Amino acid sequence: MKMKTVELSRRQFLKGAGALVVSFNLFPPSRGVFAAQFTTLPSGDIDPQSLDSWLAISPDGSVTFYTSKVEIGTGTITALAQIMAEELDVPFDRVKMVYGDTSQTIEQGSTVGSRSIERAGPQLRQAAAAARQELLKLAATRLGAPVERLAVQNGVISVTGDATKKVSYGELIGGKRFNAKITATGSGNDLKVAPEVKAKNPKDYKIVGQPIKRMELPGKLTGEHIYAHDVRVPGMLHGRVVRPPVVNTEPLSIDPDSIRHIPSVMMIVREGKFVGVVAETEWAAIKAARALKVTWSQPTTKMPANSDELFAYLKNTKPTRTLKPVDKGNLAEAFTKAKKSYQASYRWPFQMHGMIGPSCSVADVKGDQATVWSGPQGPFRTRATVAAILKIPEKNVRVIYHEASGSYGRMSTDDCAEDAALLSRAVGAPVRVQWSRRDEHGWEPKGPAQLDEVKAAIGDDGKLVAWDFVDYGQPWTASGSTPLLASLQVGIAPNNPGGSNGTQSAGEIYAVPNQKIVAEHINWHFPEPIPLRTSNLRAPGDPARCFASECFIDEIAADLRVDPVEFRQRHLAENKRGSECLKAAADKAQWEKRPSPQPPSSGNIAKGRGVAVTQRANAYAAAVAEIEMNKSTGKVVVKRIVCSHDCGLIVNPDGVSNQIEGNVIQGVSRALFEEVTFDANGVTSLDWKSYPILKFTDVPEIEIVLINRPEMPALGAGEPSIIPVPAAIANAIFDATGARLREAPFTPQRVLAAMKAVGQKS
Amino acid sequence: MARISLKVNGQARVVDTDPETPLLYVLRNDLQLNGPKFGCDLAQCGACTVIVDGKAIRSCVTPVTAVQKGAITTLEGLGSTKNMHRLQQAFVDEQAIQCGYCINGMIMSAKALLDANPRPTDSQIKEALAGNLCRCGTHVRILRAVKRASGQKV
Repeated sequence: MKMKTVELSRRQFLKGAGALVVSFNLFPPSRGVFAAQFTTLPSGDIDPQSLDSWLAISPDGSVTFYTSKVEIGTGTITALAQIMAEELDVPFDRVKMVYGDTSQTIEQGSTVGSRSIERAGPQLRQAAAAARQELLKLAATRLGAPVERLAVQNGVISVTGDATKKVSYGELIGGKRFNAKITATGSGNDLKVAPEVKAKNPKDYKIVGQPIKRMELPGKLTGEHIYAHDVRVPGMLHGRVVRPPVVNTEPLSIDPDSIRHIPSVMMIVREGKFVGVVAETEWAAIKAARALKVTWSQPTTKMPANSDELFAYLKNTKPTRTLKPVDKGNLAEAFTKAKKSYQASYRWPFQMHGMIGPSCSVADVKGDQATVWSGPQGPFRTRATVAAILKIPEKNVRVIYHEASGSYGRMSTDDCAEDAALLSRAVGAPVRVQWSRRDEHGWEPKGPAQLDEVKAAIGDDGKLVAWDFVDYGQPWTASGSTPLLASLQVGIAPNNPGGSNGTQSAGEIYAVPNQKIVAEHINWHFPEPIPLRTSNLRAPGDPARCFASECFIDEIAADLRVDPVEFRQRHLAENKRGSECLKAAADKAQWEKRPSPQPPSSGNIAKGRGVAVTQRANAYAAAVAEIEMNKSTGKVVVKRIVCSHDCGLIVNPDGVSNQIEGNVIQGVSRALFEEVTFDANGVTSLDWKSYPILKFTDVPEIEIVLINRPEMPALGAGEPSIIPVPAAIANAIFDATGARLREAPFTPQRVLAAMKAVGQKS
Repeated sequence: MARISLKVNGQARVVDTDPETPLLYVLRNDLQLNGPKFGCDLAQCGACTVIVDGKAIRSCVTPVTAVQKGAITTLEGLGSTKNMHRLQQAFVDEQAIQCGYCINGMIMSAKALLDANPRPTDSQIKEALAGNLCRCGTHVRILRAVKRASGQKV
């Protein structure tokens, strides 16, 4: 549909609109103080085979590293800087990181899935190792000594045995290009950089493994750190989008008179089903978006009207795809011959990412070129989606990363950058779009609901002989480069059925001779966009599957009157790291060996403990939860969580601990409080009252056991430890009361219902 | 539009704005003070907290005209990276941040608390911050940082 715009007034807005706070050279990118210039490929991308693309050394010896991985609040950039400083042998405080600018960095894949340390770490380490090798060659010539006789310390190369012969990195190459080629094959996360260069032995690490303080943190404490929300560019206007109230409706009419009285409003923009307003001031844009009278069409389809309808939809809709990560033995035969069989089903609701700062982006579209300032987890994805919606080449789009609010997968879907691009193109000036709280709660793509059905059987030896796990879940249809919200509204059709919500944490950690794990992908069959869009939410799918598998294991252990840790360990003999991780948590928690539930308590407050363990992407986490609950109100209080964690080599122990604490708290929040509510028209959890999250008064004590494995590659810590938390809490509730929670979150109402189901008086 | 005089971080400032404008937007857009953050416009999350006459308030729901007579303090009024306030320094020492979007509210709420109650108990700190949401789960460190800033053992 052709763009239609309605102009309300046009002032000389480009003159003197707001003071300049940050300004950027739009095109072409420059390397500031460095003489070096990037080598760009025909696609507009930086050449990964040029060593100068990865780092630059200034005359004072300080080093700037370039990466497309971004800081999303998890400490990734500090950890990557440690890895590179270590490999290059420069002091950590001489390192600067430039990240997430598509015109200055190499595409190394999005910052998702706890894979940045695991994947980008080796890429950057090898680039640094290659640079160190080049520097040694230069020094050999300069100092007249063979490379074998040279040693490096703190960015200074010296001749072994002759301390007078030395030269610093800055003296060797400061401000100049390396002009050296390195090998780089593959792309994104799979990019292999200089694999032939020998890197340091981890036992010689001095910077990796240290609890170094986060680089960007001081500015965050004083208002000096520029978040995406804080970006202002000259001549910038303020936009707001007016979202439809229900599924895939379109504006039938727009009444400009409804906002004509608001001073400084400049334009109403309509393109297809997309409607927005632009004003000189932010407050005017807010008022206009609230007041604009739009008559929307009636939706042709209604969504499921409540959670029962939703779970029926998951169970009864034909899957678009079936994944079978585990399929071994003969389940039918095993169930027939088994001593005893069990089955249960578990429900997990839609949950939000819940960014404290709603989406915000600035775009400046000039002809067929665009600059976008935004906080995506994948800046190159934003480049692609903005190029697609503007119908311009990707190389004409520059995305400059500024951190958003902690996003946990939300910013894999950079909807707001598209909104800003459409409005900027319409008005012919840079436009900043800030989503409202209602927009964010209502239209953020959400972590999808899951229905998990599990069957298992026990043999004569009291061990599992059969395990049959089916996860009915929804693929992510709003993630990565699939059309985003505004794209769908302007008529760009979905181009794929969505990404997988994962298959792990479904009991595969246990050795069971006959075992099948299936993930059914159930797509929405409604016209896009719908308010319950789906995307990756921290440890996608895993907390729900772990809730089902680890509670089910607990149910069986309880039926057999076996201690829950002991029962798990029976099946972990072949999984040394899993077994050790579980033991570490149990030991730290001073786990008392006995079956659950414990004998009924006489008072109104019941106490319980529960455990859960998981393996994800080769990392392990186990949690022991201790809870207190009020038997008459059903309110559960988590008193303490002990979490053990094995993510291979630890790059920054304090950073890992910070991640684990955050995972535990978010896990408690999702287990106890979080459920997106909706009706047939859309989401009804539109603020923090209707979608509560954990508050300070709900915070448990947290104890952490870090298991370091220096002989292993470093793995991510952003996700594994959230996974076992809800299951451990549910198992603790069972331990306290004998009541089994099979649906999250564990609200007082659900707890009371579960107690009633087992005949406990409240 | 109206000319409105304010006292922000000890300085007299004059802005020309719609008198209905919430203080948050005046601070951020007219005065370029990025410390206070937009979170909800509903006084539900605390990201926008500033201190007016010693009291922590939600600037997202406070019309700018309501604070013309008050002394407004924002995060920038506490200190800078070169000269940090003890609360800010305590947050560095405890590494009490993940994304940091909520941190303005945490520090400003804590500042108002410590000014009124220099040695709060753990539960008093929790109560004082209960209206400030943090999605990253940095709560334990934030509690330690506030306690450290109050000179108590952590």
